[in-house]
Amino acid sequence: MNSALSITKNIHDWLFSIMPETAANIAEMVLIALVYLGIFAIAGLFLVLLERRVAAWFQLRIGPNRVGFQGLLQTMADAIKLLSKELTGTTKADKFLYNLAPYFVIISSLMALSVFPFTKEFQAFDINIGIFFLIAVSSIGVIGILLGGWSSNNKFAMIGAMRSGVQTISYELSIGLSLLTMVLITGSLQLSEIVEVQKSGWLIVQGHIPAIIAFMIYMIAGTAETNRAPFDMVEAESELGAGFHTEYSGMKFAYFFLAEFINMFIIAAIATTIFFGAWLSPFGITESIPLLGVFWFLLKALILVFLMMWFRWTFPRLRIDQLLTLEWKYLLPLNLANIMLMALLVWLNLTISF
Amino acid sequence: METVTLNSNFKSEEYFINMGPQHPATHGVLRLLLTIDGEIIKKVEPDLGYIHRSIEKMCERDSYQQIVHLTDRMDYLSANINNEAVCLTIENALQLEIPERVKVIRTIIGELTRISSHCLWWGVMGMDVGALTTYFYGFRDRELLNDIFEETCGARLTMNYNVPGGLMFDIHPNFVKRVKDFIAHFKTKLPEYDRLLTDNIIFQKRAMGVGILSKEDAISYGASGPVGRASGYSCDVRKHHPYSALDKVTFNEALRTEGDTYARYLVRIQEMWESMSIVEQLIDNIPEGEHRVATNAVIKLPKGEYYQKVETARGELGVYIISTGLKSPYRLKFRSPGFSNLSLLNHIAVGGKIGDLVATMATLDLVIPDIDR
Amino acid sequence: MKNEELQELIGNWSPNLEFTEEGSQYLNVTVPKEELHAIMFKLKHDDQSSLDYLFCLSGVDWGEELGVVYHLESTNFRHSLVVKTQIAERENPVIASVYDIWATAEFHEREVFDFFGINFTNHPNLKRLFLTDDWVGFPLRKDYEDNINMIIK
Repeated sequence: MNSALSITKNIHDWLFSIMPETAANIAEMVLIALVYLGIFAIAGLFLVLLERRVAAWFQLRIGPNRVGFQGLLQTMADAIKLLSKELTGTTKADKFLYNLAPYFVIISSLMALSVFPFTKEFQAFDINIGIFFLIAVSSIGVIGILLGGWSSNNKFAMIGAMRSGVQTISYELSIGLSLLTMVLITGSLQLSEIVEVQKSGWLIVQGHIPAIIAFMIYMIAGTAETNRAPFDMVEAESELGAGFHTEYSGMKFAYFFLAEFINMFIIAAIATTIFFGAWLSPFGITESIPLLGVFWFLLKALILVFLMMWFRWTFPRLRIDQLLTLEWKYLLPLNLANIMLMALLVWLNLTISF
Repeated sequence: METVTLNSNFKSEEYFINMGPQHPATHGVLRLLLTIDGEIIKKVEPDLGYIHRSIEKMCERDSYQQIVHLTDRMDYLSANINNEAVCLTIENALQLEIPERVKVIRTIIGELTRISSHCLWWGVMGMDVGALTTYFYGFRDRELLNDIFEETCGARLTMNYNVPGGLMFDIHPNFVKRVKDFIAHFKTKLPEYDRLLTDNIIFQKRAMGVGILSKEDAISYGASGPVGRASGYSCDVRKHHPYSALDKVTFNEALRTEGDTYARYLVRIQEMWESMSIVEQLIDNIPEGEHRVATNAVIKLPKGEYYQKVETARGELGVYIISTGLKSPYRLKFRSPGFSNLSLLNHIAVGGKIGDLVATMATLDLVIPDIDR
Repeated sequence: MKNEELQELIGNWSPNLEFTEEGSQYLNVTVPKEELHAIMFKLKHDDQSSLDYLFCLSGVDWGEELGVVYHLESTNFRHSLVVKTQIAERENPVIASVYDIWATAEFHEREVFDFFGINFTNHPNLKRLFLTDDWVGFPLRKDYEDNINMIIK
């Protein structure tokens, strides 16, 4: 292989040589968890910066460009500032749940990251029910939002949390069903196998028409799932002030904020894995250099992240009833029909593969 | 609508929520006491007075020249039109002959003020329905106008350019060129507004059929400006009671009949086009002459009552002066457009969602110092 | 409708009306406060006067008595009329509300109540609008004194 990947192997061998097997396994898990935590906390910060620069670009502004080269350290500085800020809260809040809520949100989003195949060797946890795990874990976050909104003892936060509950439960359906459509082609829920199938063409090409429909539904539902504009009913700053995190400050607020951006990355990463061949390079141009898989994965994911930012800074917000109408009356029936179409396609062998 | 009988354990309960005085959608210090059932608005009760400065009482002790300054602080987005209203009242009372040049310049600046106010409104309207980008587009064009105002009179917002008898200074030599440049620029930018927000399907769904105000109610509630005109109620003071040079120009009154939020939105967009056309008709023919006629240092209005209406960006502003012949008015009342427009909020917002309330309020275009005076 | 025709029309409704055009660009009519509501109702609903737009409602402190001034306009015929009424009592001035005729009067009357202390009967929600509920006195009256907040020149 190559040097970067052999480092992990060396650490693995070294750990097993100095301690018993169980302890080494635990140590390894902790190590990996810490590495992921580190990488994605930093990545989340840079996504915040990216969002701000993209927004500035859309809005005829410059955006943060003073701290570090082109403002690269701006969000770091913000994070340090948030760390040093006072943690306020309402006096009649349910203290235990109030403090618990941010961890629910951030942990659930970090957990989901573990299953992504960034490249062939770079996947922390290749579980055989990968997609199922992703859907399950990403829906835990809403519990944190509900808890946060409810325990804050603030009516605006409460409305935001209830909206969030309604919205996430609804759009979870669309996400699940649109991913299920693609599973019909792959025949497996395991992410590494899904990538394997795509070596004969990305799924969005293999499944053509129903795959494109599924992708569009997925992106709409995914944007709603992350509570971002045009589906940011949860925060809706012109209606609810700050929504469910009105009463949070300092680092607890930062957890919610960071989780939003990591969730956005997760939605983009799922789409990359399922629709766009994960780390596979287009037409296999860099197949000989496996490490470049990380580059391709991130590139595809960031393009989709950019797409979601584009939505956010262009569209007005939907109203809560329109949001539900869109899901239950349009996306869901369309999705079900789409699954039938895809099943038909697979059955008749009409998929395109090279 | 069909009614669903719920199990008594799940009875819905109305609750109060306090929107403002510090809330992003109330644009200032308006406080709304909302009674809500879930997401549905049951009652809206405005609570005013957070920025009340009692301008009317202050006017009773100030000289007429001083009063003009106070009006800047009412509806600060159409500051120049407020100044003009008071000056016109005083000039009419004194029966001063105002030079044509002053009338034309006042009208041009008044219409530019209207465009500037509508630009800001458009940006904020977009922001209230969740399209944050519009804010910067609106401000980009408004900034150019503020630069023109700054060059003309030294102030960007509270202009205080009018004095009883004319204008404080003559226009800057660059004025005509810069206004023409602006009109040329804005003609290419206003279609951009339509592409970004007006034609957006989400925006149309949010705005159409929301906050409907019938023509009868519009008249009864004293709605004026774009709010009244969107309901098909022809209430443009510039048409019905023309002042300054407005009787010399031709323009269409922006009228629509739907009366909903989208109609109010479209009326304002059309008004920007009309204002541009008014400015274009006048800008090339500013007559030569004095920019001010002399008045006494201490102005004393003859005994009597004087009323002057003007059309600000928000609607009909009335200035009602009762004079007893002294150097200050005996009583001065400002009939502010926002005050009457706010009174109909409860009428049109009930039954909608919280999001509808915010969109409706955005198209009422409330400026709180105008309401609180 | 011309001012003279308007005066003739309205003059027939009640013998207690006083008309004047002096010192004002509009036709002024002074109505006794007992007849105010009936006259106002007729002014709006009569086909010929049709004054359906109340564009200004002001309270005035005339020194001896308090007054309310209604500026009316017809959106059909574009003629205007100013209705004035006076209340001699300063301690507990009472007058009929015109809220049921023009809805805009609700807020305007609350403002007048707030600053002049004039009570409007049949008003749905007569309470302080701008000032706090525990405010003492009525600031726009001429005899109002506040040594801290008011600067007298």
